[in-house]
Amino acid sequence: MSGGILVIVEGAGEGGNAGISRASLETVAYAQSLGGPLKLILPGAASPAQADALAALAVDEVLLADFAYPAGGVAGYDGDGYVAVLAEAIQRLAPDQVFLAHSYGARDFAPRLAARLNLTLVSDCIGQEGQGDAVAYLRQVFLGRAQARVKVAGAGPRLVSVQAGVARLEDLRRGAAPAPVSRSTLAMPAAPRVVAQAPIREGERSVDLSQARIIVAVGRGIKTQENIALAKKLADLLGAELAASRAVCDEGWLPIERQVGSSGQTVAPALYIAIGISGAVQHLVGMKTSETIVAINKDANAPIFKVADYGIVGDLFQVVPALIAALEGA
Amino acid sequence: MKIAVCLKQVPSTSAPLQLDAATRWVREAETAFETNAADNNAVEAALALRDQLGGEVIVVSLGPERATEALREALAKGADRALHLVSDQAPGLDPATVAGLLAGALTAENCDLVLCGLQSDDQGHGQTGALLAEKLGWPLASIAAALEVDGAGKARVKRELEGGWYQWLELSCPCLVTIQAGINKPRYAGMKGMLAAKKKPIAKTPVTDYPGGQTRQAMDELYFPHKTKQTRMLEGSPEDVAGQLVAALNLRARP
Repeated sequence: MSGGILVIVEGAGEGGNAGISRASLETVAYAQSLGGPLKLILPGAASPAQADALAALAVDEVLLADFAYPAGGVAGYDGDGYVAVLAEAIQRLAPDQVFLAHSYGARDFAPRLAARLNLTLVSDCIGQEGQGDAVAYLRQVFLGRAQARVKVAGAGPRLVSVQAGVARLEDLRRGAAPAPVSRSTLAMPAAPRVVAQAPIREGERSVDLSQARIIVAVGRGIKTQENIALAKKLADLLGAELAASRAVCDEGWLPIERQVGSSGQTVAPALYIAIGISGAVQHLVGMKTSETIVAINKDANAPIFKVADYGIVGDLFQVVPALIAALEGA
Repeated sequence: MKIAVCLKQVPSTSAPLQLDAATRWVREAETAFETNAADNNAVEAALALRDQLGGEVIVVSLGPERATEALREALAKGADRALHLVSDQAPGLDPATVAGLLAGALTAENCDLVLCGLQSDDQGHGQTGALLAEKLGWPLASIAAALEVDGAGKARVKRELEGGWYQWLELSCPCLVTIQAGINKPRYAGMKGMLAAKKKPIAKTPVTDYPGGQTRQAMDELYFPHKTKQTRMLEGSPEDVAGQLVAALNLRARP
C-alpha cells in the first residue's frame, strides 16, 4: 500500500522503553485528525507494553522496526540505527506524508533521515492547509514572533516534524480492535559510530515538565532565591510542577531542568501560571501553546499578557499570597 | 586539532521585526543583525578546545555581504581565519541546500571537528548541523550541553535528552557536534582582539552554483500571527483578583 500517513513514534522515559512519549501520541492524534490510512512505526527495541499501547490506537498498522549491530551492544536510542530502519520503511511504504514529534530525538535523526532519502524536512510545524501537492505547512519563525506558510517542491513523501501541543492528547482515538503489529530487525552493516552511556540526571530530582498538567513558572520578578519558596508553595497546593524562565536558571535559583523556553523545555500544560515573567520571545516559544495561561506581572505592557488568557497586573508578593490564602480557604 | 564552526547572522532578537511580505524576509536595510545565540556558544566551545589542545579555529558563514561582521566578531574573539560563502539568496535557501554548500567548503579543509549551533533564532529549522554531518559522512552528536575532546581525537559529548535527562556519548573525530544555546559564557572581543582581527584572513567565495538545483522548501507567505486569544484582565485588590481567578478556573488545593 502506498499513500496515507506514516507517524514515527518514540518511546518515553530515559531509556525510551517506558511507554510512548506524550509528544508522539499528540502527533498520532494530529495525523488521525487529517483522516486517511495511518500507520505507526516505532524504531528500536519495543517492549510488549509499547506494542500493545500502539496497537490499541485507531490506526491501520503498527510497525516495530528494530536494528542490530554485528557485535550488538546498543540499547536504546542510536541515531544511525533510527535513520537506517526509518529510511528503509519510508522507501518501502511510500506514504504521502510522514509525521513525527519535534522532539530532541527528532532533531538528531530526522534531518539525517531527510538527507538519506533526498527529501526535505519541514520542522517544528504547527499546522497545515490544503491537500495533496498543494499542501502548505505552517511554522513559527523568529522565535515565534512571526509565522510562515511553507511549500514543499519536488516528488516524494512530505516529511514533517510537529511541535508539542499542536494536537491534544484528549483527541487521540482508540481503535475498536487491536491494530495488526509486525516486527522487523534490520542488520546494521558496521559497528556503532557513537557509543552512548546510560542516561543520567543531575542535581535534585528533576522532572519531565512536558508531562505536567499544571505548571507554576517564575521569572526575574521573583527577585531572590528565597522568594522561590512562595511560588513553590502555590505549586504544591495545586499539585503543579515548578518551572522558570532562563533568567532564574542562569542565576542558579532553580536547576536548568526546570527552564522553559527555546534553550529549555517546550511545554503545553492545561494550566500555566507565569509569575513575574515578562515574556521574552525565547520564553514564549516554550509555553504559548498551553491550554490556559495566567500571567501575574507588575508591568501592564509585559509581552506575557499577549499570550495570557487571564492577566493580573499587580505585585506578585501580594497577589500570590492572596492566591495561596484563597486556595487554602476554598 | 582543526575545528570549524558554522555561524549565521540573524535579525536581532531584541529589536522589532520588520517583515517584508514581498521578499518573505525582513527588510534588510532596516534590520539590525547579530550572531545567532547558539552559534556564539559554538564559537566559545571551539576556542576553549583550541586553547586546551592547540590547533586552529576556522569560522564559516553562508550569508550576504553583511555576514562578514559576524565572522569579524568571531575572529576578534580569537578564531584564526574565516570562510565567507557570499550569497544574497542565503535567507531563502532550505536547510539541505545550506548544508550542501557548507559541506562543499569544509570538505577541502579536512577538519577534525565541526561545531554548529543547535538552531537559529530566525528560521529555526534546527537542521543544518545534522544535515551537514550526513553530507560529510561523519558521526553526529547533537544538543551538546558539554563537550570534551582529547589529543587523540576522542570526543565525549553530554547530550541533552527530554525531561531533564542527559547522556554521555563517545565518538571519534572527525565528527560534528551541535551545541545547545547557553552552555557556556562566550568571551568578549577586547580591543586587542578587534585590532588583531583586522589582520586575520576572511576568504570570500561568491556562491554561484546551488547544489540540488531549486530549493525544496520555501516560505510562501510570512506574516504576523493574529492574536486569537482574548485576555481577560482581572482587576481589584489582591484578594479580589485571587478570588476571581480561583472561581474562573475552578482552582482547588490538592487534597
